[in-house]
Amino acid sequence: MVTINSWGRLSREEHNVVALSDRGQIQASLTTPGLAHGMGRSYGDVCLNPQGEIWITTGLDHFIAFDESTGRLVCEAGVLLQDIQRLMIPRGWILPVTPGTQLVTVGGAIANDVHGKNHHVVGSFGDHIKSLTLIRTNGETIECGPDQHPEWFSATVGGVGLTGVIASAEIQLRPVAGPWVDTETIAFDNLEEFFRLSDTSEAQWEHTVSWIDCISKGGGRGLFMRGNPADTKDRKAPKAGKLTMPIVPPVSMVNRLTLRPFNMTYYHLKKWQAKRELAHYEPFFYPLDNVLHWNRMYGPKGFYQYQSVVPREVGQDAVQAMLKEIARSGDGSFLAVLKTFGNRQPLGMLSFPQPGVTLALDFPNHGDRTHKLFKRLDAIVREAKGRIYLAKDARMPKELFEAGYPRLAEFIQYRDPGISSGLSRRLMGS
Amino acid sequence: MKLKKKIAIIGATSAIAEQCARQWAKENPSEIVLVSRNQEKAERIASDLKVRTPDAVITNLQVDFLDAGQIQELIHQIYQSGNVDVALIAHGSLPDQEACQNDLVLCREALDVNGISPVLFAEAFAMQMQKANSGTLAIIGSVAGDRGRKSNYTYGAAKGLVAGYVQGLQHRFANTNVKVVLIKPGPTDTPMTAHLKQSGAKLAPVDRVAAEVVRGIESGQRVIYTPKIWSVIMMVIRNLPHFVFKRLDI
Repeated sequence: MVTINSWGRLSREEHNVVALSDRGQIQASLTTPGLAHGMGRSYGDVCLNPQGEIWITTGLDHFIAFDESTGRLVCEAGVLLQDIQRLMIPRGWILPVTPGTQLVTVGGAIANDVHGKNHHVVGSFGDHIKSLTLIRTNGETIECGPDQHPEWFSATVGGVGLTGVIASAEIQLRPVAGPWVDTETIAFDNLEEFFRLSDTSEAQWEHTVSWIDCISKGGGRGLFMRGNPADTKDRKAPKAGKLTMPIVPPVSMVNRLTLRPFNMTYYHLKKWQAKRELAHYEPFFYPLDNVLHWNRMYGPKGFYQYQSVVPREVGQDAVQAMLKEIARSGDGSFLAVLKTFGNRQPLGMLSFPQPGVTLALDFPNHGDRTHKLFKRLDAIVREAKGRIYLAKDARMPKELFEAGYPRLAEFIQYRDPGISSGLSRRLMGS
Repeated sequence: MKLKKKIAIIGATSAIAEQCARQWAKENPSEIVLVSRNQEKAERIASDLKVRTPDAVITNLQVDFLDAGQIQELIHQIYQSGNVDVALIAHGSLPDQEACQNDLVLCREALDVNGISPVLFAEAFAMQMQKANSGTLAIIGSVAGDRGRKSNYTYGAAKGLVAGYVQGLQHRFANTNVKVVLIKPGPTDTPMTAHLKQSGAKLAPVDRVAAEVVRGIESGQRVIYTPKIWSVIMMVIRNLPHFVFKRLDI
């Protein structure tokens, strides 16, 4: 048995580990109930199977085929987004959607139907999958995609690994001139301004995202960042220095003492520097990937991420209310992210993105105190008819899950009975 | 701009070899020749490399790793299409020591695949490299070959055979353009050691080991310990007096 953590480091549960490394042998490895696990970058228990079996997929990291003329890439599910980006961007192709870290597997990106800063333009990761191979524990292999067994596809995209093991996928990449992004940062003082910036930016800017100062008085000031792929090609790439958080400090470094000065300084510094500039895609898309193990800074008890989406009509009020609760609690994070989703229905039965506005924050784990805050946030999300992101969740109550994901009953029919996770047992009962 | 290289990899489906191939693929090689026993796995690796380096010619060849005649013929064939710049001999398997003690057939197989076979390949390359007076021949040995230990001395003995053989080969080619490199990885995170990981062993990441192997081959180092810390660990183990050593459960 081996101890496996997810990114939030909230538990240290034992798992029996089986490494999948041979695409031809996956089926043979699924003999006892388990769960596929890639890089373990989701925050809570969606990628864990405490006291059970874990099928590590990072050895399934082969490219299978690439068509330079159409940008169609076929690869195994354990390939990292980083590998695709670094190989393909110099050749003129880029992943259409990437989350805030590129250290995730293709299989994980599909299973959580991840989104990026350009959701309003291109949707989520699953929208660019042309087909995938799903291996079930009963011996079946199902090829599915938007045009082939679409019901299986819709269950598997965003299906948090519960429909089978994703073995490989065909991804439609997008043409890109080079690794550069034209960016602009604009400071805003309140949510009204944020929404105005979102509305006026989305037609012209592919990427939009905001950092928000979650503990300033009144809440809602922040920095709006927008970017477009640049035409520039020939420019020297910055040298990426790797930092490592070498130890787990005895207490969280994110606390009431550090948070306010950090947020204040960050806001004013960036506001003062706010300008247009050409950025390399790696620091722009993945600002934290260069700090290895940054999750350790929250100390031995780990941390939660709380990411919700609420419909646009009630978005401003709901976000304002959540920020107020957070400011009042005095907890909160360096990383508070606000982003509007585009007006498109999610592809997956359990996909997270839906039209509206999404707020994501990290919270150091202070036990009861943190859970009390979450209860108040849950109430706001429920009232707004929003939902919480499964990839980030470790604690939402079952009824909030059921209210937020109306296609749950439909999804259940496609579950693989040989697969279960901490999250599925907590929220679906098995 | 680096010169384009022709690279031959024996035991191409081994995890370290595969990672080395990926590193070389980044350098824009002209040709990568994969030699293996498992056709299906090798094809998977070949198509992966083809995506990574579309301009290179990737060849995929199968051979019986214990058939000296076939090996000689195969290396000869590889040289027909031009000289090899780098040959990496990487195959091996980690046998269960206790099983080898109880079954001479297993014991024999372990010695053959980890000792005899790499030497046969090396000798076949040496013949060609001598003719060409060029090339780097790299062979993966193991830290296990540095001192016999009760937990894996059959494997260690085979790797020790390789180490002794390489010394001789380095002596033979000392005043030529041919370089011979012995690589001694410590326990590395590969499918071969998956069972060790499950029982909690610390294993080096395979891409890091491969990066050090490729760098070491590039600089023509004679012996590469990877990760480097193993050169220190093994110096200690080699030099422990027997009365101490015999008490260690390693």
